[in-house]
Amino acid sequence: MDLDYTDDQKAFRAEARRWLEANVPSEPLLSFDTAEGAKQHREWEARLNAGGWAMVPWPVEYGGRGADLLEWLIFEEEYYRAGAPKRINQNGIFLLGPTIMEYGTPEQKARFLPKMASSEEVWAQGWSEPNAGSDMANIQTTALREGDHYVVNGQKTWASRGAYADWLFGMFRTDPDSERHKGLTFILAPLDLPGITVRPIEQLDGLPGFAEVFFDDVRVPVEHRLGEEGQGWTVAMATAGFERGLMLRSPARFQHTAMRLVELARANEESALPAIRDEVTRCWIAAEAYALETHRTVSRILAGGKIGAEASLNKIFWSELDLRMHELALEILGDRGELLPEAPSAVGVGSWLDGYLFALSGPIYAGTNEIQRNIISERILGMPR
Amino acid sequence: MDFRFDDDQELLQSTVRDFLQGEVTPEVIRASWETDTARSPELWKRLAEIGLPGLLLPEAHGGMGMSEEEMVLLLEEVGRAALAEPVIGTAAVAVPLLCDLGGSLADTWLPRIAAGECVVAVGHPVSPFVEDAHVADLLLLPAADGSLHAVPAAEAEVVAEPANDPSRRISKVRFDAGASTRVASGEEAAELLARTLDRGALACAAALIGVCDRTIELAAEYTRERKQFGKPIGSFQAVKHMLANVKVKLEYARPVVQRAAHSVAHGVALRSVHVSMAKLGAGEAATHGAKTALQAHGAIGYTWEQDLHLWMRRAWSLDRAWGRSSFHLGRVREALFEGDLAIGPGTTFAGA
Repeated sequence: MDLDYTDDQKAFRAEARRWLEANVPSEPLLSFDTAEGAKQHREWEARLNAGGWAMVPWPVEYGGRGADLLEWLIFEEEYYRAGAPKRINQNGIFLLGPTIMEYGTPEQKARFLPKMASSEEVWAQGWSEPNAGSDMANIQTTALREGDHYVVNGQKTWASRGAYADWLFGMFRTDPDSERHKGLTFILAPLDLPGITVRPIEQLDGLPGFAEVFFDDVRVPVEHRLGEEGQGWTVAMATAGFERGLMLRSPARFQHTAMRLVELARANEESALPAIRDEVTRCWIAAEAYALETHRTVSRILAGGKIGAEASLNKIFWSELDLRMHELALEILGDRGELLPEAPSAVGVGSWLDGYLFALSGPIYAGTNEIQRNIISERILGMPR
Repeated sequence: MDFRFDDDQELLQSTVRDFLQGEVTPEVIRASWETDTARSPELWKRLAEIGLPGLLLPEAHGGMGMSEEEMVLLLEEVGRAALAEPVIGTAAVAVPLLCDLGGSLADTWLPRIAAGECVVAVGHPVSPFVEDAHVADLLLLPAADGSLHAVPAAEAEVVAEPANDPSRRISKVRFDAGASTRVASGEEAAELLARTLDRGALACAAALIGVCDRTIELAAEYTRERKQFGKPIGSFQAVKHMLANVKVKLEYARPVVQRAAHSVAHGVALRSVHVSMAKLGAGEAATHGAKTALQAHGAIGYTWEQDLHLWMRRAWSLDRAWGRSSFHLGRVREALFEGDLAIGPGTTFAGA
């Protein structure tokens, strides 16, 4: 067991820190779920990409810098430490990108990854349908082969970033006679194709963070299929693994929130009662535990191991921790926790309310925590289906 | 940075696991409860043959020359087997304390410990009781003035305190503290006691990981076999989800324990904070695991006959030993709110 960083890793951290300190916008950007905010975030991503920092673990030819996963964790630590903007293209860079790396053809990698890294193309997720939420194998939107195209008909919903994205990825039923997990295919579709209608949905914060996407005889070229026809479920599970695990939610995010929570409790001594301080302490410990477990997992992956069903443990842990931290922050703020940013008295309340509303979605997206508990009990504990 | 155990360490762990699985069955533990001491000198001797008591002792003194990193792996197995022998007190706590003290005391006792010929019990102000004092040949005990004393068994008055975990035998110990027994005082004694507390708490945390792992296994096995409403109760989501929750707690306690072992082994400045994080997490996982496993078993789990309580009692007693949960939570809270602990992204390994 070696828990020291190498000189190279230290130098990498220093380089990332220098660049971020010089380049991170001094004022927070508007939410990427607004038109103006989306534009600001794309500009930030372009700058990040120009600096070579958009997706450090990717190979250089795809816009990365060929870093390993430990350097990825270091970069994430520096990114959150610098208070840098949220990643508008997280569906692309954290979820679809690694999946293309695994299942894409050389042409697909060259076509999609660089523009993903630069956020010239922002991606939306197209998993859920009105009748396929937790029961994702119940997907009914069809993509029927006609020559060099798939003709897509049906509806996706809760498509994250759908309102301002350029492309959508998802699973479609290519064999109309198939059932459940079979006959599904992973397809990438530009959202400006004829026959696609995007209808944004306002989320709990009033902003269009996701959308309904309707497909009416939409012709998608066959070369936009990822993996083989009928292999969709397997490809999608790889994406879901990245989503539940260390790509989408690296520990730095929660360590940063835990730090802000401790600072909030320190700054509000009269309302951060001993019982609350105990809970804050537990949260800080949990964020550290998440960091430690992630470093253990990354060490295992670097030695040739794989992440399996244990990604479900991660997902429950970080989503519940995130929610708990925001609940505690609002408890410390009391009545002030209700204030919107524009309220005259909203001084020192930070972004906890906004963060709380977002944290509430954590136990739902990327597979509800109930689905994760099923996976843990069946695939790790060996309990019967 | 490589947060893994190496092949040799994992081989050692599986060797000890196999040994304990074969030798320390629930029947063996139950039989030990029926004896006066709940201890088996024969078993202790056999554990010495595989190197357990002298694990932390340098090879020059007849030990294995290993560190707390290996120790936590083996203590996990001790917990998994619900082994009652004094591995924590003697192997994980007394041996490094005697090494710290050095001199003729160490020269006399360390080789005997490594050979499995004696038990050394260690007291600490964090508890009014001393574990294994009833079978100890030597006791290392704090006095009211903060000094540390080496007391031969013949000079200690040991009064057994029957307790809920028949495997963990605790006693009140009285002795006459004097110049002849004193081995350290003042700041030196305080530092030794601080290290001792960290070692004891770390050892309990590691054993609790094994205890928790085993209780989840037992509960999952039971829910596969027990049928109600015509199907295994493990197919019901209410049952699945409660066990999954314990598994989450366990898997996020384990790396904290392993990191604490690394910190103790390398004398990292934040060692005590890391140990308290470990003890708190492992204790909560194991006690939560105990009551959840009981619930999964239903009435049969509530019987003396079912083996589950061997591990439940271990979970409770180890959770309280070497500082209860609130004590360890308090140590971390003080570091966060009254100390100058560096926090935030990038600080996790800064102390290494």
